[in-house]
Amino acid sequence: MHTHRVVAAVLLLAAGAACAPARADPAGPRTVEIVLHHSRFEPSTVQANPDETLEFVIVNTDPIDHEFIVGDDSVQDLHERGTEAHHDPRPGEVTVLAGETVTTTFTFGEQDLLFGCHVPGHYAYGMRGVVLVG
Amino acid sequence: MRRLRLLVPITGALLVLLVASPVFACGGLIAPNGAVQLVRTTTLAAYHEGIEHYVTSFEFAGDGEFGSIVPLPGVPTKVIRGGDWTLQRLALETQPQPEGELLFAVDAAGAAEARVILETKIDALDVVVLEGGAISVGNWAREHGFLLPPDAPEVLEFYAKRSPIFMAVRYDGARAADQGLAAGDGTPVHVVIPTTNPWVPLRILALGAPAEAPVEADVYLLTDGEPATLPVAIGPDEASALAQEIRPGLVLERSEPASTTLLADLRSDKGMSWLPGEEVWLTYLRVDARAGDLTYDLAIDASGAGQPAPIAAGLDPIATDANGLGPALWVALALIAAFVLVGGLERRRSGRPAF
Repeated sequence: MHTHRVVAAVLLLAAGAACAPARADPAGPRTVEIVLHHSRFEPSTVQANPDETLEFVIVNTDPIDHEFIVGDDSVQDLHERGTEAHHDPRPGEVTVLAGETVTTTFTFGEQDLLFGCHVPGHYAYGMRGVVLVG
Repeated sequence: MRRLRLLVPITGALLVLLVASPVFACGGLIAPNGAVQLVRTTTLAAYHEGIEHYVTSFEFAGDGEFGSIVPLPGVPTKVIRGGDWTLQRLALETQPQPEGELLFAVDAAGAAEARVILETKIDALDVVVLEGGAISVGNWAREHGFLLPPDAPEVLEFYAKRSPIFMAVRYDGARAADQGLAAGDGTPVHVVIPTTNPWVPLRILALGAPAEAPVEADVYLLTDGEPATLPVAIGPDEASALAQEIRPGLVLERSEPASTTLLADLRSDKGMSWLPGEEVWLTYLRVDARAGDLTYDLAIDASGAGQPAPIAAGLDPIATDANGLGPALWVALALIAAFVLVGGLERRRSGRPAF
């Protein structure tokens, strides 16, 4: 009987955690791994809660360099027209050298955002994805 | 005045002559700024006595530095300067030349590290033959100044699944200047590859090109007998009947015994004395494809068996079942078998004999 109560309590706690709105977690932000393979983002669609901070772990399995830039259309356009060969790490903007893994965090607001790679030719090749907020 | 430029030959009882017509060799051509210059390519692939001779020409424009990566079906025993007129002579044999406009450009005359298995210099070209997987060869290329386009990882893997051998070619502008080479000059390269499985890389021609970009190349095959190829090329009449906006892919322009005069001319070129003087079959294929559609290579069976390997063409062997049993037929057979099994079980349950 005691065991059943414990299990029920655990299930209740788990259900409460799953339904809770996103908030700062003392253990740190939720981690999302994105693999860069054949000049594609895998996955190319990520879900986030409003105001949630995500920690992106970007794994580049390709033998060529890539970028991971989070932002709206204007940010993507800016980088697409930009001339920076290398990005110093900023939240949501990192260069991922061939074969390397980097981490960046980004706090989302209320709107969906894009992520993309702006090494010449890569965005047009289809190297882009979306973060759906909500 | 129009100039005919030689490209590269490739070799295989298949004398495969590929003549990529005017200009650049097959292989991804990558400029320091990442731009890729697509031009018509001519290649000769000849196959004789288990040896593939691959001849193509590398031609570079001006003072920029360029590199090219060519997948190979096996480890070459030698990489030498190609003959001066082999590719042009093949073009002359197979393509109508406007009178007065022909001018030969004979001026032109896994993640372990990739292993360098051969290095040589040919005119202003630095040639390195590498053995490695897609990752290691890509890493080597990047570390040696090649700027790989975004489709390079997938294309390198496409080739590395079949052969771990790649040839990287880099143009040394300073050496070209010392040698008095001018923009537009080409250097033919002749690669000798012992192999039982000859194929000609075609997909690499589209490396770095937008999907809608046209890819055009001339491929000559010289073999001991009439070869079978995969994909199967369509005829010129069939190609010309297509709507103008449709590119035919692979067109079989000529398939015939090579004339003794052609063979004599080719045999007299540098490095071509291995070519038999008679009983050689000439095949001329024209590649005219959208870059996005060029997802295959050219597999060649010159044995007379008529069974080029789908894998050698980079095709799915199931989808191109050599016996003509396509996936739909296998599914149908499986369904029939399932019905027979279920029917048998039902009869047992009802006490009736099962057939």
